[in-house]
Amino acid sequence: MTLTEVVERLGLHVLTSRGGGDVKVTGGYAGDLLSDVIANSKTGNLWITMQTHQNVLAVVKLKDLAGIVFVNGRQPDEEVIQKANEEHIAVLSTDESAFIISGQLYQLLK
Amino acid sequence: MVSHHDLSRTFEIKGRDFSKAGSISINIKEILRELGIDPVIVRRVAIASYEAEMNVVMYANKGEMVLRLNPKVIQITLEDEGPGIENIEMAMQEGYTTATDEIREMGFGAGMGLPNIKKNADMFELKSTIGKGTSYNIVFYLNSKGDV
Repeated sequence: MTLTEVVERLGLHVLTSRGGGDVKVTGGYAGDLLSDVIANSKTGNLWITMQTHQNVLAVVKLKDLAGIVFVNGRQPDEEVIQKANEEHIAVLSTDESAFIISGQLYQLLK
Repeated sequence: MVSHHDLSRTFEIKGRDFSKAGSISINIKEILRELGIDPVIVRRVAIASYEAEMNVVMYANKGEMVLRLNPKVIQITLEDEGPGIENIEMAMQEGYTTATDEIREMGFGAGMGLPNIKKNADMFELKSTIGKGTSYNIVFYLNSKGDV
Protein backbone atom coordinates (compact mmCIF):
# COMPACT_ATOMS: atom_id res chain seq x y z
CA MET A 1 0.00 0.00 0.00
CA THR A 2 1.29 3.48 -0.82
CA LEU A 3 1.85 6.16 1.80
CA THR A 4 -0.87 8.32 0.23
CA GLU A 5 -3.40 5.51 0.72
CA VAL A 6 -2.26 4.96 4.32
CA VAL A 7 -2.62 8.69 5.03
CA GLU A 8 -6.17 8.64 3.64
CA ARG A 9 -7.29 5.45 5.34
CA LEU A 10 -5.92 6.42 8.77
CA GLY A 11 -6.94 10.08 8.48
CA LEU A 12 -3.43 11.33 9.22
CA HIS A 13 -2.64 15.04 9.11
CA VAL A 14 0.04 15.92 6.58
CA LEU A 15 2.50 18.47 7.95
CA THR A 16 4.97 18.58 5.07
CA SER A 17 4.61 19.43 1.40
CA ARG A 18 5.37 15.83 0.63
CA GLY A 19 2.23 14.02 1.76
CA GLY A 20 3.45 10.62 0.83
CA GLY A 21 3.22 9.96 -2.84
CA ASP A 22 3.62 6.46 -4.16
CA VAL A 23 6.31 5.29 -1.72
CA LYS A 24 5.37 1.81 -0.56
CA VAL A 25 4.71 1.30 3.15
CA THR A 26 6.24 -2.06 4.07
CA GLY A 27 5.05 -2.04 7.67
CA GLY A 28 5.24 0.07 10.79
CA TYR A 29 7.57 0.56 13.71
CA ALA A 30 6.54 2.20 16.97
CA GLY A 31 9.18 3.54 19.34
CA ASP A 32 10.59 6.57 21.10
CA LEU A 33 14.17 5.35 21.63
CA LEU A 34 16.20 6.36 18.60
CA SER A 35 18.75 3.55 18.94
CA ASP A 36 15.91 1.02 19.00
CA VAL A 37 14.36 2.46 15.85
CA ILE A 38 17.77 2.64 14.14
CA ALA A 39 18.46 -0.99 15.04
CA ASN A 40 15.08 -2.57 14.38
CA SER A 41 13.02 -0.61 11.86
CA LYS A 42 12.95 -1.87 8.28
CA THR A 43 13.20 -0.04 4.96
CA GLY A 44 9.83 1.45 4.02
CA ASN A 45 8.38 1.29 7.54
CA LEU A 46 6.15 4.07 8.81
CA TRP A 47 7.62 5.24 12.14
CA ILE A 48 5.12 5.96 14.89
CA THR A 49 6.54 8.07 17.71
CA MET A 50 6.08 10.90 20.17
CA GLN A 51 9.60 12.25 19.59
CA THR A 52 9.18 15.43 17.54
CA HIS A 53 12.65 17.03 17.64
CA GLN A 54 14.70 17.46 14.47
CA ASN A 55 16.97 14.45 15.07
CA VAL A 56 14.19 12.08 14.08
CA LEU A 57 14.69 13.18 10.46
CA ALA A 58 18.21 11.69 10.27
CA VAL A 59 16.79 8.36 11.44
CA VAL A 60 14.11 8.42 8.70
CA LYS A 61 16.78 9.16 6.09
CA LEU A 62 19.33 6.71 7.40
CA LYS A 63 16.86 3.82 7.46
CA ASP A 64 14.92 4.82 4.31
CA LEU A 65 11.67 4.85 6.25
CA ALA A 66 8.44 5.71 4.40
CA GLY A 67 7.70 8.57 6.78
CA ILE A 68 7.04 9.50 10.38
CA VAL A 69 3.81 9.90 12.37
CA PHE A 70 3.70 12.03 15.52
CA VAL A 71 1.07 10.72 17.92
CA ASN A 72 -1.17 12.25 20.62
CA GLY A 73 -1.51 15.44 18.58
CA ARG A 74 2.12 16.41 19.18
CA GLN A 75 3.37 19.12 16.84
CA PRO A 76 7.02 19.65 15.90
CA ASP A 77 8.75 23.03 15.72
CA GLU A 78 8.48 24.89 12.43
CA GLU A 79 12.18 24.24 11.71
CA VAL A 80 11.59 20.49 11.79
CA ILE A 81 8.92 20.86 9.10
CA GLN A 82 11.19 23.13 7.10
CA LYS A 83 14.07 20.68 7.25
CA ALA A 84 11.76 17.76 6.39
CA ASN A 85 10.55 19.68 3.34
CA GLU A 86 14.13 20.28 2.22
CA GLU A 87 14.93 16.57 2.65
CA HIS A 88 11.64 15.42 1.04
CA ILE A 89 10.60 13.52 4.15
CA ALA A 90 6.90 12.93 4.80
CA VAL A 91 5.92 14.10 8.30
CA LEU A 92 2.42 13.22 9.51
CA SER A 93 0.50 13.54 12.73
CA THR A 94 -2.52 12.09 14.47
CA ASP A 95 -4.50 12.86 17.61
CA GLU A 96 -4.61 9.13 18.34
CA SER A 97 -2.17 7.30 20.61
CA ALA A 98 0.70 5.12 19.36
CA PHE A 99 -1.30 2.04 20.40
CA ILE A 100 -4.39 2.97 18.38
CA ILE A 101 -2.54 4.07 15.26
CA SER A 102 -0.23 1.02 15.34
CA GLY A 103 -3.29 -1.24 15.59
CA GLN A 104 -5.01 0.51 12.70
CA LEU A 105 -1.90 0.37 10.53
CA TYR A 106 -1.42 -3.30 11.34
CA GLN A 107 -5.00 -4.07 10.32
CA LEU A 108 -4.54 -2.09 7.13
CA LEU A 109 -1.33 -3.82 6.05
CA LYS A 110 -1.79 -7.38 7.28
CA MET B 1 30.40 -6.73 -7.43
CA VAL B 2 32.49 -4.06 -5.86
CA SER B 3 34.39 -2.31 -8.60
CA HIS B 4 36.11 0.61 -6.98
CA HIS B 5 39.54 1.58 -5.88
CA ASP B 6 40.61 2.26 -2.33
CA LEU B 7 38.81 5.18 -0.80
CA SER B 8 39.36 7.29 2.29
CA ARG B 9 37.17 10.12 3.57
CA THR B 10 37.52 12.17 6.73
CA PHE B 11 34.62 13.82 8.56
CA GLU B 12 34.69 16.27 11.47
CA ILE B 13 32.01 15.85 14.14
CA LYS B 14 31.10 18.71 16.46
CA GLY B 15 30.35 17.67 20.02
CA ARG B 16 27.07 18.79 21.63
CA ASP B 17 25.70 20.08 18.34
CA PHE B 18 22.44 18.21 17.77
CA SER B 19 21.49 20.33 14.75
CA LYS B 20 23.76 18.39 12.35
CA ALA B 21 23.71 15.10 14.21
CA GLY B 22 23.43 12.10 11.91
CA SER B 23 24.45 13.97 8.76
CA ILE B 24 27.85 12.26 8.53
CA SER B 25 26.31 8.81 8.75
CA ILE B 26 23.81 9.73 6.03
CA ASN B 27 26.74 10.94 3.93
CA ILE B 28 28.64 7.67 4.49
CA LYS B 29 25.55 5.64 3.63
CA GLU B 30 25.12 7.55 0.38
CA ILE B 31 28.80 7.11 -0.59
CA LEU B 32 28.59 3.35 -0.03
CA ARG B 33 25.28 3.05 -1.84
CA GLU B 34 26.62 4.92 -4.86
CA LEU B 35 29.57 2.52 -4.95
CA GLY B 36 27.12 -0.34 -5.23
CA ILE B 37 28.00 -1.98 -1.90
CA ASP B 38 25.60 -4.73 -0.78
CA PRO B 39 22.58 -2.94 0.82
CA VAL B 40 22.69 -5.29 3.83
CA ILE B 41 26.27 -4.20 4.56
CA VAL B 42 25.42 -0.53 3.91
CA ARG B 43 22.64 -0.83 6.47
CA ARG B 44 25.00 -2.30 9.09
CA VAL B 45 27.64 0.37 8.47
CA ALA B 46 24.98 3.10 8.69
CA ILE B 47 23.72 1.86 12.07
CA ALA B 48 27.24 1.59 13.52
CA SER B 49 28.44 4.95 12.20
CA TYR B 50 25.26 6.66 13.44
CA GLU B 51 25.77 5.31 16.96
CA ALA B 52 29.43 6.35 16.96
CA GLU B 53 28.58 9.80 15.59
CA MET B 54 25.85 10.29 18.21
CA ASN B 55 28.26 9.35 20.99
CA VAL B 56 30.48 12.27 19.96
CA VAL B 57 27.47 14.60 19.74
CA MET B 58 26.20 13.54 23.15
CA TYR B 59 29.37 13.22 25.17
CA ALA B 60 32.50 14.65 23.51
CA ASN B 61 33.88 18.02 22.44
CA LYS B 62 34.70 16.93 18.93
CA GLY B 63 35.63 13.93 16.88
CA GLU B 64 37.15 12.86 13.60
CA MET B 65 35.60 9.96 11.74
CA VAL B 66 37.40 8.28 8.86
CA LEU B 67 35.77 5.97 6.35
CA ARG B 68 38.17 3.66 4.53
CA LEU B 69 37.27 1.19 1.88
CA ASN B 70 39.16 -1.41 -0.08
CA PRO B 71 37.88 -4.42 -2.02
CA LYS B 72 37.94 -6.53 1.14
CA VAL B 73 36.78 -4.35 4.01
CA ILE B 74 35.01 -1.19 5.06
CA GLN B 75 36.64 0.40 8.09
CA ILE B 76 35.33 3.23 10.22
CA THR B 77 37.66 4.78 12.75
CA LEU B 78 36.74 7.55 15.15
CA GLU B 79 38.91 9.52 17.53
CA ASP B 80 37.15 11.88 19.88
CA GLU B 81 38.28 14.48 22.37
CA GLY B 82 36.10 14.10 25.39
CA PRO B 83 35.66 12.71 28.87
CA GLY B 84 36.51 9.12 27.91
CA ILE B 85 34.70 6.02 29.13
CA GLU B 86 35.35 5.03 32.72
CA ASN B 87 34.32 1.40 32.43
CA ILE B 88 34.28 0.00 28.89
CA GLU B 89 32.96 -3.38 30.01
CA MET B 90 29.92 -1.72 31.60
CA ALA B 91 29.45 0.63 28.64
CA MET B 92 29.27 -2.35 26.28
CA GLN B 93 26.33 -3.78 28.24
CA GLU B 94 22.88 -3.12 26.85
CA GLY B 95 20.94 -0.65 28.98
CA TYR B 96 23.95 0.85 30.76
CA THR B 97 24.11 4.61 30.23
CA THR B 98 25.63 7.75 31.68
CA ALA B 99 23.39 10.07 29.64
CA THR B 100 21.70 13.06 31.25
CA ASP B 101 17.91 13.20 31.68
CA GLU B 102 17.75 15.85 28.96
CA ILE B 103 19.46 13.56 26.43
CA ARG B 104 17.32 10.60 27.48
CA GLU B 105 14.10 12.57 27.04
CA MET B 106 15.08 13.03 23.38
CA GLY B 107 15.17 9.26 23.01
CA PHE B 108 18.95 9.06 23.04
CA GLY B 109 21.20 7.57 25.68
CA ALA B 110 19.23 4.36 26.11
CA GLY B 111 22.39 2.35 26.60
CA MET B 112 22.08 0.71 23.20
CA GLY B 113 24.71 2.58 21.20
CA LEU B 114 27.87 0.57 21.78
CA PRO B 115 26.00 -2.78 21.79
CA ASN B 116 24.43 -1.76 18.45
CA ILE B 117 27.88 -1.09 17.00
CA LYS B 118 29.15 -4.45 18.24
CA LYS B 119 26.12 -6.31 16.83
CA ASN B 120 26.48 -4.79 13.38
CA ALA B 121 30.27 -4.88 12.99
CA ASP B 122 32.47 -7.84 12.13
CA MET B 123 35.13 -6.40 14.41
CA PHE B 124 34.88 -3.61 16.98
CA GLU B 125 37.71 -2.26 19.12
CA LEU B 126 37.18 0.49 21.65
CA LYS B 127 39.92 2.27 23.56
CA SER B 128 39.49 5.11 25.99
CA THR B 129 41.55 7.35 28.22
CA ILE B 130 39.78 9.21 31.00
CA GLY B 131 39.91 12.95 30.43
CA LYS B 132 41.30 12.59 26.91
CA GLY B 133 38.94 10.72 24.68
CA THR B 134 37.80 7.54 23.04
CA SER B 135 38.83 5.78 19.85
CA TYR B 136 36.77 3.36 17.80
CA ASN B 137 37.91 0.87 15.19
CA ILE B 138 34.95 -0.69 13.41
CA VAL B 139 35.44 -3.17 10.56
CA PHE B 140 32.99 -4.76 8.14
CA TYR B 141 34.02 -7.54 5.78
CA LEU B 142 32.81 -7.24 2.22
CA ASN B 143 32.66 -10.98 1.89
CA SER B 144 31.58 -13.43 4.56
CA LYS B 145 34.94 -14.19 6.15
CA GLY B 146 37.03 -11.26 5.10
CA ASP B 147 39.21 -13.44 2.92
CA VAL B 148 39.79 -12.72 -0.76
